[in-house]
Amino acid sequence: MKQRLSTLMVAAVMTASFAAHAQQPAKKAPPPAKAAAPAKKEGITAEFEKFREVLEEDNPAELFEAKGEDIWKNKKGPGGATMAQCDLGLGAGVVKGAYVQMPRWFADVGQVMDAERRIVHCMVKYLGYKEEDIRKQPFSNDQRTPDHVSVITYVAAQSRNLKIAAPQKHAKEIEAYRIGKEIFAYRAGPYDFSCATCHGDDGKRIRTQDLPNLRKPAEAVKAYQGWPGYRMTGGFMLTQQWRMNDCFRQQRFPEPTYLSDSITALLAYMTVTANGQVYKGPGIKR
Amino acid sequence: MTAMKKTVVCAAAALACSAVLADEIRNYRAEAVAMMKRDFKTRGIATADRVHEDGLQAVCNRTSDNPPKDIAARLERDQLEAVKYPTDGKLMGDWKAGEKLAQSGRGMTWSDKAGVPGGGNCYNCHQISPTETSFGTIGPSLYQFGKIRGNTPEMQKYAYGKIWNAKAFNLCSAMPRFGHAGALTESQIKDLVALLLDPQSPVNSK
Ligand code: HEC
Ligand code: HEC
Repeated sequence: MKQRLSTLMVAAVMTASFAAHAQQPAKKAPPPAKAAAPAKKEGITAEFEKFREVLEEDNPAELFEAKGEDIWKNKKGPGGATMAQCDLGLGAGVVKGAYVQMPRWFADVGQVMDAERRIVHCMVKYLGYKEEDIRKQPFSNDQRTPDHVSVITYVAAQSRNLKIAAPQKHAKEIEAYRIGKEIFAYRAGPYDFSCATCHGDDGKRIRTQDLPNLRKPAEAVKAYQGWPGYRMTGGFMLTQQWRMNDCFRQQRFPEPTYLSDSITALLAYMTVTANGQVYKGPGIKR
Repeated sequence: MTAMKKTVVCAAAALACSAVLADEIRNYRAEAVAMMKRDFKTRGIATADRVHEDGLQAVCNRTSDNPPKDIAARLERDQLEAVKYPTDGKLMGDWKAGEKLAQSGRGMTWSDKAGVPGGGNCYNCHQISPTETSFGTIGPSLYQFGKIRGNTPEMQKYAYGKIWNAKAFNLCSAMPRFGHAGALTESQIKDLVALLLDPQSPVNSK
Protein backbone atom coordinates (compact mmCIF):
# COMPACT_ATOMS: atom_id res chain seq x y z
CA MET A 1 0.00 0.00 0.00
CA LYS A 2 2.83 2.37 0.91
CA GLN A 3 4.50 1.51 -2.37
CA ARG A 4 1.21 2.12 -4.15
CA LEU A 5 0.63 5.50 -2.54
CA SER A 6 4.08 6.73 -3.44
CA THR A 7 3.54 5.69 -7.05
CA LEU A 8 0.25 7.53 -6.98
CA MET A 9 1.94 10.64 -5.74
CA VAL A 10 4.46 10.51 -8.53
CA ALA A 11 1.52 10.07 -10.84
CA ALA A 12 -0.19 13.09 -9.35
CA VAL A 13 2.85 15.27 -9.94
CA MET A 14 3.15 14.01 -13.48
CA THR A 15 -0.55 14.68 -13.94
CA ALA A 16 -0.12 18.26 -12.89
CA SER A 17 2.71 18.80 -15.32
CA PHE A 18 0.79 17.16 -18.11
CA ALA A 19 -2.20 19.36 -17.38
CA ALA A 20 -0.06 22.46 -17.62
CA HIS A 21 1.40 21.21 -20.85
CA ALA A 22 -1.99 20.36 -22.26
CA GLN A 23 -3.07 23.95 -22.07
CA GLN A 24 -0.46 25.08 -24.52
CA PRO A 25 -0.65 22.88 -27.56
CA ALA A 26 2.69 22.10 -29.16
CA LYS A 27 3.52 24.93 -31.52
CA LYS A 28 6.82 23.77 -32.84
CA ALA A 29 7.53 23.11 -36.47
CA PRO A 30 4.92 24.32 -38.94
CA PRO A 31 3.69 21.45 -41.09
CA PRO A 32 5.08 21.11 -44.60
CA ALA A 33 3.23 23.03 -47.29
CA LYS A 34 1.05 20.22 -48.53
CA ALA A 35 0.37 18.59 -45.17
CA ALA A 36 -3.35 17.87 -45.23
CA ALA A 37 -3.13 16.03 -41.95
CA PRO A 38 -0.02 15.21 -39.95
CA ALA A 39 0.52 11.61 -38.97
CA LYS A 40 -1.91 10.61 -36.27
CA LYS A 41 -0.80 10.40 -32.66
CA GLU A 42 1.51 13.33 -32.78
CA GLY A 43 2.50 15.61 -29.97
CA ILE A 44 0.14 15.69 -27.08
CA THR A 45 -1.79 12.60 -28.03
CA ALA A 46 1.32 10.43 -28.23
CA GLU A 47 2.63 11.85 -25.00
CA PHE A 48 -0.68 11.20 -23.31
CA GLU A 49 -0.82 7.62 -24.55
CA LYS A 50 2.66 6.90 -23.20
CA PHE A 51 1.79 8.53 -19.95
CA ARG A 52 -1.45 6.63 -19.62
CA GLU A 53 0.38 3.34 -19.96
CA VAL A 54 2.64 4.25 -17.06
CA LEU A 55 -0.25 5.42 -14.94
CA GLU A 56 -2.50 2.48 -15.59
CA GLU A 57 -0.03 0.11 -13.98
CA ASP A 58 -1.09 1.72 -10.74
CA ASN A 59 -4.41 3.19 -11.57
CA PRO A 60 -5.63 6.10 -9.43
CA ALA A 61 -9.18 4.93 -10.22
CA GLU A 62 -8.47 2.29 -7.57
CA LEU A 63 -8.95 4.84 -4.80
CA PHE A 64 -12.54 5.38 -5.94
CA GLU A 65 -12.96 1.67 -6.49
CA ALA A 66 -12.04 1.05 -2.85
CA LYS A 67 -14.50 3.67 -1.65
CA GLY A 68 -17.23 2.17 -3.82
CA GLU A 69 -16.48 -1.31 -2.51
CA ASP A 70 -16.83 -0.07 1.03
CA ILE A 71 -20.24 1.43 0.26
CA TRP A 72 -21.36 -1.68 -1.58
CA LYS A 73 -20.28 -4.09 1.18
CA ASN A 74 -20.73 -2.14 4.38
CA LYS A 75 -23.14 0.73 4.04
CA LYS A 76 -26.60 0.17 5.51
CA GLY A 77 -29.77 1.92 4.49
CA PRO A 78 -32.95 2.47 6.51
CA GLY A 79 -33.97 -0.83 8.10
CA GLY A 80 -30.51 -2.28 7.56
CA ALA A 81 -30.81 -2.88 3.80
CA THR A 82 -27.56 -3.25 1.86
CA MET A 83 -26.46 -3.42 -1.76
CA ALA A 84 -26.32 -7.22 -1.32
CA GLN A 85 -30.00 -7.00 -2.25
CA CYS A 86 -29.29 -5.14 -5.47
CA ASP A 87 -29.77 -7.21 -8.61
CA LEU A 88 -27.58 -5.92 -11.44
CA GLY A 89 -29.03 -8.52 -13.76
CA LEU A 90 -27.14 -11.62 -12.64
CA GLY A 91 -28.90 -12.12 -9.30
CA ALA A 92 -29.07 -10.24 -6.00
CA GLY A 93 -25.65 -9.02 -4.90
CA VAL A 94 -23.77 -10.49 -7.89
CA VAL A 95 -21.25 -7.93 -9.11
CA LYS A 96 -18.76 -9.94 -11.13
CA GLY A 97 -19.44 -9.55 -14.84
CA ALA A 98 -22.55 -7.42 -14.32
CA TYR A 99 -21.13 -4.17 -15.71
CA VAL A 100 -20.34 -5.59 -19.15
CA GLN A 101 -23.84 -7.06 -19.43
CA MET A 102 -25.74 -3.80 -19.20
CA PRO A 103 -27.79 -2.02 -20.54
CA ARG A 104 -30.35 -4.78 -20.00
CA TRP A 105 -34.02 -5.30 -19.29
CA PHE A 106 -35.00 -5.26 -15.61
CA ALA A 107 -38.40 -6.84 -15.04
CA ASP A 108 -38.77 -5.40 -11.51
CA VAL A 109 -38.95 -1.86 -12.88
CA GLY A 110 -40.13 -2.72 -16.39
CA GLN A 111 -37.27 -0.78 -18.00
CA VAL A 112 -34.03 -1.19 -19.84
CA MET A 113 -31.33 0.35 -17.65
CA ASP A 114 -27.66 1.08 -18.18
CA ALA A 115 -25.22 0.39 -15.34
CA GLU A 116 -25.27 3.91 -13.91
CA ARG A 117 -29.05 4.05 -13.93
CA ARG A 118 -29.37 0.66 -12.25
CA ILE A 119 -26.79 1.41 -9.58
CA VAL A 120 -28.43 4.74 -8.69
CA HIS A 121 -31.77 2.94 -8.59
CA CYS A 122 -30.38 0.47 -6.05
CA MET A 123 -28.66 3.11 -3.94
CA VAL A 124 -31.96 4.97 -3.66
CA LYS A 125 -33.95 1.83 -2.99
CA TYR A 126 -31.66 0.09 -0.51
CA LEU A 127 -29.31 2.68 0.94
CA GLY A 128 -31.76 5.55 1.27
CA TYR A 129 -30.02 8.01 -1.07
CA LYS A 130 -32.38 10.69 -2.34
CA GLU A 131 -32.85 10.63 -6.09
CA GLU A 132 -33.45 14.39 -6.23
CA ASP A 133 -30.11 15.00 -4.50
CA ILE A 134 -28.24 12.78 -6.92
CA ARG A 135 -29.95 14.42 -9.90
CA LYS A 136 -29.04 17.89 -8.65
CA GLN A 137 -25.32 17.24 -9.13
CA PRO A 138 -24.87 13.87 -10.78
CA PHE A 139 -21.34 14.36 -12.12
CA SER A 140 -18.00 14.73 -10.38
CA ASN A 141 -15.96 17.90 -10.35
CA ASP A 142 -12.71 18.91 -8.68
CA GLN A 143 -14.63 19.51 -5.44
CA ARG A 144 -16.31 16.13 -5.14
CA THR A 145 -16.87 12.69 -6.61
CA PRO A 146 -20.37 11.61 -5.57
CA ASP A 147 -20.81 8.23 -3.86
CA HIS A 148 -22.69 6.68 -6.76
CA VAL A 149 -19.71 7.37 -9.04
CA SER A 150 -17.43 5.46 -6.65
CA VAL A 151 -19.89 2.56 -6.58
CA ILE A 152 -20.00 2.54 -10.40
CA THR A 153 -16.20 2.45 -10.42
CA TYR A 154 -16.23 -0.54 -8.06
CA VAL A 155 -18.85 -2.40 -10.08
CA ALA A 156 -17.05 -1.66 -13.35
CA ALA A 157 -13.76 -2.94 -11.93
CA GLN A 158 -15.43 -6.30 -11.21
CA SER A 159 -15.81 -6.75 -14.97
CA ARG A 160 -12.16 -6.09 -15.71
CA ASN A 161 -10.86 -8.28 -18.57
CA LEU A 162 -14.30 -9.69 -19.33
CA LYS A 163 -15.99 -9.59 -22.70
CA ILE A 164 -18.65 -6.97 -23.31
CA ALA A 165 -21.92 -8.86 -23.68
CA ALA A 166 -24.91 -6.53 -23.57
CA PRO A 167 -27.97 -8.77 -24.05
CA GLN A 168 -30.27 -8.46 -27.08
CA LYS A 169 -32.89 -10.99 -26.06
CA HIS A 170 -35.79 -9.04 -24.60
CA ALA A 171 -37.84 -7.04 -27.13
CA LYS A 172 -37.17 -3.88 -25.13
CA GLU A 173 -33.40 -4.48 -25.29
CA ILE A 174 -33.61 -4.70 -29.07
CA GLU A 175 -35.82 -1.61 -29.12
CA ALA A 176 -33.28 0.35 -27.04
CA TYR A 177 -30.52 -0.57 -29.50
CA ARG A 178 -32.59 0.42 -32.53
CA ILE A 179 -33.69 3.73 -31.03
CA GLY A 180 -30.13 4.47 -29.88
CA LYS A 181 -28.91 3.93 -33.42
CA GLU A 182 -31.40 6.55 -34.65
CA ILE A 183 -30.45 9.05 -31.94
CA PHE A 184 -26.81 8.61 -32.92
CA ALA A 185 -27.51 9.70 -36.49
CA TYR A 186 -30.07 12.44 -35.72
CA ARG A 187 -28.94 15.89 -36.86
CA ALA A 188 -30.54 18.93 -35.30
CA GLY A 189 -29.76 22.14 -33.44
CA PRO A 190 -28.10 25.35 -34.63
CA TYR A 191 -24.97 23.57 -35.91
CA ASP A 192 -26.84 20.66 -37.60
CA PHE A 193 -24.69 18.19 -35.64
CA SER A 194 -25.36 14.56 -34.76
CA CYS A 195 -23.07 12.14 -32.95
CA ALA A 196 -22.15 10.85 -36.40
CA THR A 197 -20.85 14.27 -37.49
CA CYS A 198 -17.93 13.79 -35.12
CA HIS A 199 -17.92 10.00 -34.65
CA GLY A 200 -19.14 8.59 -37.97
CA ASP A 201 -15.93 8.39 -40.00
CA ASP A 202 -12.51 6.83 -39.62
CA GLY A 203 -9.41 8.68 -38.51
CA LYS A 204 -10.93 12.10 -37.77
CA ARG A 205 -9.88 14.56 -35.09
CA ILE A 206 -11.21 17.65 -33.33
CA ARG A 207 -8.04 19.67 -32.76
CA THR A 208 -5.62 17.01 -31.47
CA GLN A 209 -8.29 14.75 -30.00
CA ASP A 210 -8.89 11.53 -31.89
CA LEU A 211 -12.54 10.84 -32.63
CA PRO A 212 -13.45 7.16 -32.57
CA ASN A 213 -15.76 5.98 -35.37
CA LEU A 214 -18.38 4.66 -32.98
CA ARG A 215 -20.33 2.88 -35.70
CA LYS A 216 -17.54 0.31 -36.04
CA PRO A 217 -17.19 -2.50 -33.48
CA ALA A 218 -13.43 -2.07 -33.10
CA GLU A 219 -13.87 1.60 -32.19
CA ALA A 220 -17.29 1.48 -30.51
CA VAL A 221 -15.45 -0.19 -27.66
CA LYS A 222 -14.06 3.29 -26.88
CA ALA A 223 -17.49 4.17 -25.53
CA TYR A 224 -16.77 1.56 -22.86
CA GLN A 225 -12.99 1.35 -22.60
CA GLY A 226 -11.54 3.44 -19.82
CA TRP A 227 -14.96 4.47 -18.53
CA PRO A 228 -15.56 5.33 -15.83
CA GLY A 229 -12.38 7.33 -16.24
CA TYR A 230 -10.06 9.17 -13.91
CA ARG A 231 -9.74 12.72 -15.16
CA MET A 232 -6.05 13.47 -15.20
CA THR A 233 -6.56 17.20 -15.31
CA GLY A 234 -8.80 17.29 -12.24
CA GLY A 235 -8.32 14.17 -10.15
CA PHE A 236 -11.87 12.85 -10.16
CA MET A 237 -13.91 10.10 -11.83
CA LEU A 238 -16.23 10.65 -14.78
CA THR A 239 -18.81 8.18 -16.04
CA GLN A 240 -20.34 7.28 -19.39
CA GLN A 241 -23.41 9.36 -18.50
CA TRP A 242 -21.13 12.38 -18.10
CA ARG A 243 -19.49 11.69 -21.46
CA MET A 244 -22.89 11.58 -23.18
CA ASN A 245 -23.93 14.79 -21.43
CA ASP A 246 -20.81 16.65 -22.51
CA CYS A 247 -21.00 15.43 -26.09
CA PHE A 248 -24.60 16.66 -26.33
CA ARG A 249 -23.32 20.00 -25.04
CA GLN A 250 -20.73 20.09 -27.82
CA GLN A 251 -23.44 19.04 -30.23
CA ARG A 252 -25.28 22.25 -29.27
CA PHE A 253 -28.30 20.24 -28.14
CA PRO A 254 -30.40 21.03 -25.07
CA GLU A 255 -29.47 19.00 -21.99
CA PRO A 256 -30.52 15.36 -21.77
CA THR A 257 -32.17 14.43 -18.50
CA TYR A 258 -29.78 12.41 -16.32
CA LEU A 259 -30.51 8.66 -16.46
CA SER A 260 -33.11 9.11 -19.19
CA ASP A 261 -34.28 6.59 -21.79
CA SER A 262 -32.49 8.47 -24.57
CA ILE A 263 -29.10 8.03 -22.91
CA THR A 264 -29.76 4.38 -22.07
CA ALA A 265 -30.70 3.82 -25.73
CA LEU A 266 -27.50 5.50 -26.98
CA LEU A 267 -25.39 3.44 -24.58
CA ALA A 268 -27.23 0.29 -25.68
CA TYR A 269 -26.44 1.07 -29.31
CA MET A 270 -22.73 1.64 -28.69
CA THR A 271 -22.36 -1.23 -26.22
CA VAL A 272 -24.04 -3.80 -28.45
CA THR A 273 -21.86 -2.60 -31.33
CA ALA A 274 -18.85 -3.31 -29.10
CA ASN A 275 -20.10 -6.71 -27.91
CA GLY A 276 -17.46 -9.42 -27.84
CA GLN A 277 -14.55 -7.14 -27.07
CA VAL A 278 -12.67 -7.22 -23.79
CA TYR A 279 -13.36 -4.48 -21.24
CA LYS A 280 -10.16 -3.52 -19.47
CA GLY A 281 -11.77 -1.82 -16.47
CA PRO A 282 -11.98 1.76 -15.20
CA GLY A 283 -9.24 3.87 -16.75
CA ILE A 284 -7.78 7.27 -17.26
CA LYS A 285 -9.05 10.10 -19.44
CA ARG A 286 -7.52 13.44 -20.02
CA MET B 1 -43.22 -1.61 -51.85
CA THR B 2 -46.53 -0.95 -50.17
CA ALA B 3 -47.53 -2.68 -46.96
CA MET B 4 -50.35 -4.28 -48.93
CA LYS B 5 -48.00 -5.96 -51.42
CA LYS B 6 -45.70 -7.06 -48.63
CA THR B 7 -48.55 -8.83 -46.90
CA VAL B 8 -49.24 -10.79 -50.05
CA VAL B 9 -45.62 -11.78 -50.53
CA CYS B 10 -45.33 -12.62 -46.88
CA ALA B 11 -48.35 -14.87 -46.88
CA ALA B 12 -46.23 -17.43 -48.71
CA ALA B 13 -43.31 -17.40 -46.32
CA ALA B 14 -45.59 -17.28 -43.28
CA LEU B 15 -44.00 -16.87 -39.85
CA ALA B 16 -40.40 -15.83 -40.56
CA CYS B 17 -41.68 -13.09 -42.78
CA SER B 18 -44.09 -11.60 -40.29
CA ALA B 19 -41.25 -10.85 -37.90
CA VAL B 20 -39.37 -8.97 -40.62
CA LEU B 21 -42.50 -7.13 -41.62
CA ALA B 22 -43.29 -5.95 -38.11
CA ASP B 23 -39.74 -4.71 -37.81
CA GLU B 24 -39.88 -2.76 -41.05
CA ILE B 25 -43.19 -1.14 -40.30
CA ARG B 26 -42.00 0.04 -36.92
CA ASN B 27 -40.59 3.52 -37.23
CA TYR B 28 -37.69 3.67 -34.80
CA ARG B 29 -36.73 7.09 -36.09
CA ALA B 30 -40.05 8.57 -35.05
CA GLU B 31 -39.83 6.77 -31.71
CA ALA B 32 -36.33 8.17 -31.17
CA VAL B 33 -37.50 11.70 -31.92
CA ALA B 34 -40.47 11.37 -29.57
CA MET B 35 -38.15 10.06 -26.85
CA MET B 36 -35.72 12.95 -27.28
CA LYS B 37 -38.54 15.48 -27.14
CA ARG B 38 -39.44 13.98 -23.79
CA ASP B 39 -35.94 13.74 -22.37
CA PHE B 40 -34.19 16.95 -23.45
CA LYS B 41 -34.64 20.12 -21.43
CA THR B 42 -33.74 23.76 -21.89
CA ARG B 43 -30.50 24.71 -20.23
CA GLY B 44 -29.17 28.27 -20.60
CA ILE B 45 -29.31 29.34 -24.23
CA ALA B 46 -29.74 25.74 -25.44
CA THR B 47 -33.52 25.63 -25.60
CA ALA B 48 -35.52 22.40 -25.71
CA ASP B 49 -36.93 23.21 -29.16
CA ARG B 50 -33.50 22.54 -30.65
CA VAL B 51 -34.31 18.83 -30.85
CA HIS B 52 -36.89 19.59 -33.54
CA GLU B 53 -35.30 19.14 -36.98
CA ASP B 54 -35.75 21.85 -39.60
CA GLY B 55 -36.59 21.06 -43.23
CA LEU B 56 -33.03 20.63 -44.41
CA GLN B 57 -32.06 18.54 -41.40
CA ALA B 58 -35.14 16.38 -41.98
CA VAL B 59 -34.09 15.66 -45.58
CA CYS B 60 -30.52 14.80 -44.54
CA ASN B 61 -31.71 12.71 -41.58
CA ARG B 62 -34.12 10.71 -43.71
CA THR B 63 -31.60 10.00 -46.46
CA SER B 64 -28.53 9.28 -44.28
CA ASP B 65 -26.99 12.51 -45.64
CA ASN B 66 -27.41 11.24 -49.17
CA PRO B 67 -30.44 12.96 -50.73
CA PRO B 68 -31.45 12.35 -54.36
CA LYS B 69 -29.44 14.70 -56.59
CA ASP B 70 -32.39 16.67 -57.95
CA ILE B 71 -33.81 17.36 -54.50
CA ALA B 72 -30.38 18.32 -53.17
CA ALA B 73 -29.85 20.75 -56.06
CA ARG B 74 -33.21 22.44 -55.46
CA LEU B 75 -32.70 22.77 -51.73
CA GLU B 76 -29.14 24.04 -52.19
CA ARG B 77 -30.51 26.74 -54.48
CA ASP B 78 -33.04 27.75 -51.80
CA GLN B 79 -30.26 27.98 -49.22
CA LEU B 80 -28.08 30.02 -51.57
CA GLU B 81 -30.86 32.46 -52.34
CA ALA B 82 -31.25 33.15 -48.62
CA VAL B 83 -27.58 34.08 -48.10
CA LYS B 84 -27.36 37.74 -47.02
CA TYR B 85 -24.35 39.41 -48.58
CA PRO B 86 -23.05 42.67 -47.06
CA THR B 87 -24.89 45.71 -48.39
CA ASP B 88 -21.67 47.71 -48.69
CA GLY B 89 -20.36 45.16 -51.18
CA LYS B 90 -17.13 44.62 -49.20
CA LEU B 91 -16.51 40.94 -48.45
CA MET B 92 -13.07 41.07 -46.82
CA GLY B 93 -12.36 42.26 -43.30
CA ASP B 94 -9.32 41.89 -41.05
CA TRP B 95 -7.50 38.54 -41.24
CA LYS B 96 -6.04 38.99 -37.72
CA ALA B 97 -9.51 39.20 -36.23
CA GLY B 98 -10.42 36.25 -38.46
CA GLU B 99 -7.60 34.15 -37.01
CA LYS B 100 -8.88 34.80 -33.47
CA LEU B 101 -12.39 33.81 -34.50
CA ALA B 102 -11.15 30.66 -36.21
CA GLN B 103 -9.37 29.69 -32.97
CA SER B 104 -12.41 30.11 -30.75
CA GLY B 105 -14.55 27.04 -30.17
CA ARG B 106 -17.12 29.00 -28.22
CA GLY B 107 -20.73 29.51 -29.13
CA MET B 108 -24.25 28.10 -28.92
CA THR B 109 -23.65 25.55 -26.12
CA TRP B 110 -25.53 25.62 -22.83
CA SER B 111 -22.35 26.83 -21.15
CA ASP B 112 -22.12 29.88 -23.45
CA LYS B 113 -23.76 33.12 -22.32
CA ALA B 114 -26.57 34.79 -24.21
CA GLY B 115 -25.51 37.86 -26.17
CA VAL B 116 -21.78 37.06 -26.10
CA PRO B 117 -20.46 36.69 -29.67
CA GLY B 118 -19.34 33.16 -30.43
CA GLY B 119 -16.34 31.94 -32.36
CA GLY B 120 -15.99 30.06 -35.63
CA ASN B 121 -14.78 26.66 -34.40
CA CYS B 122 -12.86 26.50 -37.67
CA TYR B 123 -9.69 24.87 -36.25
CA ASN B 124 -11.85 22.14 -34.72
CA CYS B 125 -12.33 20.83 -38.24
CA HIS B 126 -9.78 22.50 -40.56
CA GLN B 127 -6.07 23.09 -40.91
CA ILE B 128 -5.76 26.83 -41.65
CA SER B 129 -2.68 28.90 -40.68
CA PRO B 130 0.65 27.04 -40.73
CA THR B 131 1.49 28.29 -37.23
CA GLU B 132 -1.40 26.39 -35.66
CA THR B 133 -0.60 22.69 -35.51
CA SER B 134 -3.52 21.75 -33.29
CA PHE B 135 -6.27 21.37 -35.85
CA GLY B 136 -9.03 18.90 -36.60
CA THR B 137 -9.58 16.89 -39.76
CA ILE B 138 -13.35 16.66 -40.20
CA GLY B 139 -13.04 19.23 -43.00
CA PRO B 140 -10.34 19.61 -45.68
CA SER B 141 -7.17 21.64 -45.15
CA LEU B 142 -7.65 25.33 -45.94
CA TYR B 143 -3.93 26.08 -45.81
CA GLN B 144 -2.95 28.10 -48.92
CA PHE B 145 -6.66 28.50 -49.75
CA GLY B 146 -6.30 31.95 -51.34
CA LYS B 147 -3.05 31.08 -52.99
CA ILE B 148 -4.51 28.06 -54.72
CA ARG B 149 -7.99 29.40 -55.46
CA GLY B 150 -7.16 33.07 -56.05
CA ASN B 151 -8.48 36.24 -54.43
CA THR B 152 -10.98 37.13 -57.13
CA PRO B 153 -14.37 38.76 -56.39
CA GLU B 154 -16.01 35.42 -57.28
CA MET B 155 -13.85 33.55 -54.75
CA GLN B 156 -14.62 36.15 -52.09
CA LYS B 157 -18.29 35.71 -52.79
CA TYR B 158 -17.97 31.93 -52.64
CA ALA B 159 -16.01 31.99 -49.35
CA TYR B 160 -18.47 34.42 -47.79
CA GLY B 161 -21.45 32.33 -48.93
CA LYS B 162 -19.83 29.07 -47.84
CA ILE B 163 -19.25 30.36 -44.31
CA TRP B 164 -22.71 31.99 -44.19
CA ASN B 165 -24.37 28.75 -45.29
CA ALA B 166 -22.17 25.73 -46.09
CA LYS B 167 -25.27 23.77 -47.09
CA ALA B 168 -25.93 26.08 -50.04
CA PHE B 169 -23.08 24.26 -51.80
CA ASN B 170 -23.29 20.81 -50.24
CA LEU B 171 -26.69 20.05 -48.76
CA CYS B 172 -25.71 17.64 -46.00
CA SER B 173 -22.23 19.02 -45.27
CA ALA B 174 -20.85 18.47 -41.77
CA MET B 175 -20.05 22.18 -41.60
CA PRO B 176 -22.51 24.39 -39.69
CA ARG B 177 -24.47 27.20 -41.41
CA PHE B 178 -22.88 29.98 -39.40
CA GLY B 179 -24.68 33.01 -40.85
CA HIS B 180 -27.99 31.25 -41.33
CA ALA B 181 -27.94 30.02 -37.72
CA GLY B 182 -26.98 33.42 -36.34
CA ALA B 183 -23.77 31.94 -34.96
CA LEU B 184 -21.54 34.49 -36.74
CA THR B 185 -22.28 38.08 -37.78
CA GLU B 186 -21.66 39.71 -41.12
CA SER B 187 -18.50 41.45 -39.93
CA GLN B 188 -17.16 38.26 -38.33
CA ILE B 189 -17.66 36.39 -41.60
CA LYS B 190 -15.81 39.15 -43.48
CA ASP B 191 -12.85 38.70 -41.13
CA LEU B 192 -12.86 34.98 -41.82
CA VAL B 193 -12.98 35.54 -45.57
CA ALA B 194 -9.90 37.72 -45.15
CA LEU B 195 -8.16 35.00 -43.16
CA LEU B 196 -8.68 32.60 -46.07
CA LEU B 197 -8.08 34.94 -49.01
CA ASP B 198 -6.05 38.01 -48.04
CA PRO B 199 -2.57 37.71 -49.59
CA GLN B 200 -1.17 39.06 -46.28
CA SER B 201 -2.81 36.30 -44.23
CA PRO B 202 -0.45 33.57 -42.96
CA VAL B 203 -2.78 31.09 -44.68
CA ASN B 204 -1.33 32.29 -47.98
CA SER B 205 2.28 32.82 -46.93
CA LYS B 206 4.97 30.73 -48.55
C1 HEC C 1 -18.68 18.42 -32.13
C2 HEC C 1 -18.09 17.13 -32.07
C3 HEC C 1 -18.72 16.04 -31.23
C4 HEC C 1 -20.02 15.61 -31.26
C5 HEC C 1 -21.18 16.17 -32.06
C6 HEC C 1 -20.08 14.46 -30.39
N1 HEC C 1 -18.85 14.22 -29.84
FE1 HEC C 1 -18.33 12.62 -28.70
N2 HEC C 1 -16.45 13.38 -28.49
C7 HEC C 1 -16.00 14.55 -29.04
C8 HEC C 1 -14.68 14.84 -28.53
C9 HEC C 1 -13.84 16.06 -28.88
C10 HEC C 1 -14.36 13.78 -27.64
C11 HEC C 1 -13.10 13.61 -26.82
C12 HEC C 1 -12.13 12.74 -27.53
C13 HEC C 1 -10.86 12.55 -26.72
O1 HEC C 1 -10.90 12.74 -25.50
O2 HEC C 1 -9.86 12.18 -27.33
C14 HEC C 1 -15.50 12.88 -27.66
C15 HEC C 1 -15.54 11.68 -26.95
C16 HEC C 1 -16.58 10.78 -27.01
C17 HEC C 1 -16.57 9.47 -26.41
C18 HEC C 1 -15.44 8.86 -25.60
C19 HEC C 1 -14.40 8.29 -26.49
C20 HEC C 1 -13.23 7.74 -25.72
O3 HEC C 1 -12.24 7.38 -26.37
O4 HEC C 1 -13.26 7.70 -24.49
C21 HEC C 1 -17.78 8.89 -26.69
C22 HEC C 1 -18.24 7.52 -26.26
C23 HEC C 1 -18.55 9.84 -27.45
N3 HEC C 1 -17.79 10.97 -27.64
C24 HEC C 1 -19.83 9.64 -27.88
C25 HEC C 1 -20.60 10.62 -28.51
C26 HEC C 1 -22.02 10.50 -28.74
C27 HEC C 1 -22.87 9.29 -28.40
C28 HEC C 1 -22.42 11.65 -29.35
C29 HEC C 1 -23.82 12.07 -29.73
C30 HEC C 1 -24.67 12.31 -28.59
C31 HEC C 1 -21.24 12.48 -29.51
N4 HEC C 1 -20.17 11.84 -28.95
C32 HEC C 1 -21.23 13.72 -30.14
C33 HEC C 1 -16.66 15.31 -29.98
C34 HEC C 1 -18.00 15.17 -30.31
C1 HEC D 1 -17.82 20.53 -37.90
C2 HEC D 1 -16.73 20.73 -38.79
C3 HEC D 1 -16.54 22.05 -39.49
C4 HEC D 1 -16.43 23.30 -38.94
C5 HEC D 1 -16.60 23.69 -37.48
C6 HEC D 1 -16.10 24.17 -40.02
N1 HEC D 1 -16.03 23.49 -41.18
FE1 HEC D 1 -15.57 24.26 -43.02
N2 HEC D 1 -15.91 22.44 -43.86
C7 HEC D 1 -16.19 21.28 -43.19
C8 HEC D 1 -16.33 20.19 -44.14
C9 HEC D 1 -16.64 18.73 -43.79
C10 HEC D 1 -16.10 20.73 -45.43
C11 HEC D 1 -16.09 19.96 -46.75
C12 HEC D 1 -17.48 19.64 -47.19
C13 HEC D 1 -18.17 20.84 -47.73
O1 HEC D 1 -17.67 21.43 -48.70
O2 HEC D 1 -19.16 21.27 -47.16
C14 HEC D 1 -15.85 22.16 -45.21
C15 HEC D 1 -15.59 23.05 -46.24
C16 HEC D 1 -15.20 24.37 -46.05
C17 HEC D 1 -14.85 25.28 -47.11
C18 HEC D 1 -14.87 24.98 -48.59
C19 HEC D 1 -13.54 24.42 -49.01
C20 HEC D 1 -13.41 24.33 -50.53
O3 HEC D 1 -12.47 23.65 -50.94
O4 HEC D 1 -14.20 24.92 -51.25
C21 HEC D 1 -14.50 26.47 -46.53
C22 HEC D 1 -14.05 27.73 -47.23
C23 HEC D 1 -14.64 26.29 -45.09
N3 HEC D 1 -15.06 25.01 -44.85
C24 HEC D 1 -14.38 27.27 -44.17
C25 HEC D 1 -14.67 27.15 -42.80
C26 HEC D 1 -14.53 28.23 -41.85
C27 HEC D 1 -13.99 29.61 -42.16
C28 HEC D 1 -14.95 27.74 -40.65
C29 HEC D 1 -15.08 28.50 -39.33
C30 HEC D 1 -16.02 29.58 -39.35
C31 HEC D 1 -15.35 26.37 -40.86
N4 HEC D 1 -15.16 26.04 -42.15
C32 HEC D 1 -15.85 25.54 -39.85
C33 HEC D 1 -16.33 21.14 -41.83
C34 HEC D 1 -16.30 22.18 -40.91
